[in-house]
Amino acid sequence: MKLFDTSSANGVMHPFRVIVGKEISDHIRSWRFIILAAIILLTCFGALYTSLSNFSKVIKPTDPEDAFFFLKLFTASDGTLPSFLVFISFLGPLLGISLGFDAINTEQNRGTLSRVLAQPVHRDYLINAKFVAALTVIGIMFFALGFLVFGIGLIAVGIPPTAEEFLRIVFFILLSVCYVAFWLNLAIFFSVRFRQAATSALACIAVWLFFSVFYNMIVSLVAKAIMPSEIASEYQMLGFQRFILNLLRVAPGQLFNDASTTLLMPNVRSLGPLTMEQVQGAIPSPLPLGQSLLIVWSQLTALVAGTVIWFGLSYLSFMRREVRSR
Amino acid sequence: MEPNVIELNGLTKKYGSFTAVDDLSLSIRKGEIFGLLGPNGAGKSTTILMMLGLTDPSSGTVAVCGINSTKQPVEVKRKVGYLPEDVGFYDDRTGLENLVYTARLNSMAPAEARDSALQLLERVGLSNDLTKKTGKYSRGMRQRLGLADVLIKNPEVVILDEPTLGIDPAGMREFMELILRLSREEGITVLFSSHHLHQVQQVCDRVGLFVKGRLIAEGDIRSLSQQLFGNEPVMIEAGALHPDKRLQEAIGSIEGVNTVRLENNIFRIGCSRDVTPAIAELIVKSEAGLCYLQKREYGLDDIYNRYFEGGES
Repeated sequence: MKLFDTSSANGVMHPFRVIVGKEISDHIRSWRFIILAAIILLTCFGALYTSLSNFSKVIKPTDPEDAFFFLKLFTASDGTLPSFLVFISFLGPLLGISLGFDAINTEQNRGTLSRVLAQPVHRDYLINAKFVAALTVIGIMFFALGFLVFGIGLIAVGIPPTAEEFLRIVFFILLSVCYVAFWLNLAIFFSVRFRQAATSALACIAVWLFFSVFYNMIVSLVAKAIMPSEIASEYQMLGFQRFILNLLRVAPGQLFNDASTTLLMPNVRSLGPLTMEQVQGAIPSPLPLGQSLLIVWSQLTALVAGTVIWFGLSYLSFMRREVRSR
Repeated sequence: MEPNVIELNGLTKKYGSFTAVDDLSLSIRKGEIFGLLGPNGAGKSTTILMMLGLTDPSSGTVAVCGINSTKQPVEVKRKVGYLPEDVGFYDDRTGLENLVYTARLNSMAPAEARDSALQLLERVGLSNDLTKKTGKYSRGMRQRLGLADVLIKNPEVVILDEPTLGIDPAGMREFMELILRLSREEGITVLFSSHHLHQVQQVCDRVGLFVKGRLIAEGDIRSLSQQLFGNEPVMIEAGALHPDKRLQEAIGSIEGVNTVRLENNIFRIGCSRDVTPAIAELIVKSEAGLCYLQKREYGLDDIYNRYFEGGES
């Protein structure tokens, strides 16, 4: 494909790659990114410190999960500081929002949008490049961070991880990137819709707050209202539980939490309620990676679908927009 | 005859029920400097956007260098340099970086891009400021950088949208001279829009008058005034200390004089040919005290005013 043809002999790059390159360097140079990266780095090391300092307490010799103690680095916590996983699920959206909320409207307000689009490039190059650049930055950052935690854990604990643990962590990082990409696209969409960067940032944060704080409250209200009586049959209870869980899963954060818990805690064998019959006869051992992936497949698909929907919406409204100067 | 570089045919753009550009047909020859003149909101910018394929026309066709702008905008944008109204740059980058970026978007190799950027910065007189962030540039500097930005792709056509807005008179003259020189030296076709009359008059070969989405007249200034003031191509202004009705009538009866108006002790006399000596003689003889006499050719000001008088009523 011509788009990814790196360069010809004299270094002529495809314009799309030129835009992506510029956007990436813009991100890396910006104070916003440096500050966020510093916050995430700090909190992750904090989390790593707590999980390492009470590592011995977490590991129980009888635990079937024992084989996966390396994964505990990402999930264990003594209660004073949240774990790495919790930090990522909390700060990830913030990172996505901060890289995307001013993608298009700032170009417009600075008067650079019409100048760039007057160059021989297709219009969608710009919005695609914004997305690709931000995603690249996020991907590199998360992989660097994950492997850093990995390496420090290796030095501190002294036992190398198994291949399966390594793969689980790689999948977890990929999942986190998808999760951040969701928020990134939401932010890009708002940046196309709203002319003021501040409005779009506020709108993004409102959505994020709604899903991370209020949505759970609303769902629990609904749950209280429609809770079946105590004498209800087992199947009614099951149906009710499933319904509430599915309601919760409208929030992208819930999807991410479900999926990442399954990936990082191999003994999680289902994300919904299980009846006694289903559990009967199950061997209390961790699931292999393939099975864990099967469980999170729907979560992952939903996240990617959400990402694609937001991107599609922003693409549409950007392509339809008339590009005026300022 | 030179081929037409820009060819507009029945171009119309509607926003809902509002018609921004109404059935516009226009052709601009190669190497010409064409001024699109009109008040704010006349549809000048919309027309330009359609030429670049940044907006689709509701009906009609645009062809630039023989390429349809609506269907192949990228091909057109390869040949056309466009300086938007109130151009913006990436403020946290230097002027040089901004230019190199544009050059590379036009598929230039990095080294080549840098060389031509340096050359152009020299040419527009910014070589001392090339490592300065564009956020610190003054309005005039930004405009000159914008011109360099337009020229870096070696365009065949340059389109400037209100290029002199907000620059002081000296900077404006300098800028217009720069454009004039470039056009003459390199044979670039220049189209620019403005609501500023004098600069257009100074540099343009041809002018199109644009009001409410319609091109109401086009041609060079002489032929425009011919179109408009066909029966009285010469205007003579004569000031007298003691003008009166009788004198006005006397002037009106000179052969060749068509209209006489008296405003603030000044007679404005529209004539079909130059009758200045006769008028002077008459006023002097009448002892009204001739204090001022000027023969005027119609400038854009008059053309403009005349049109707007007509347009509003």
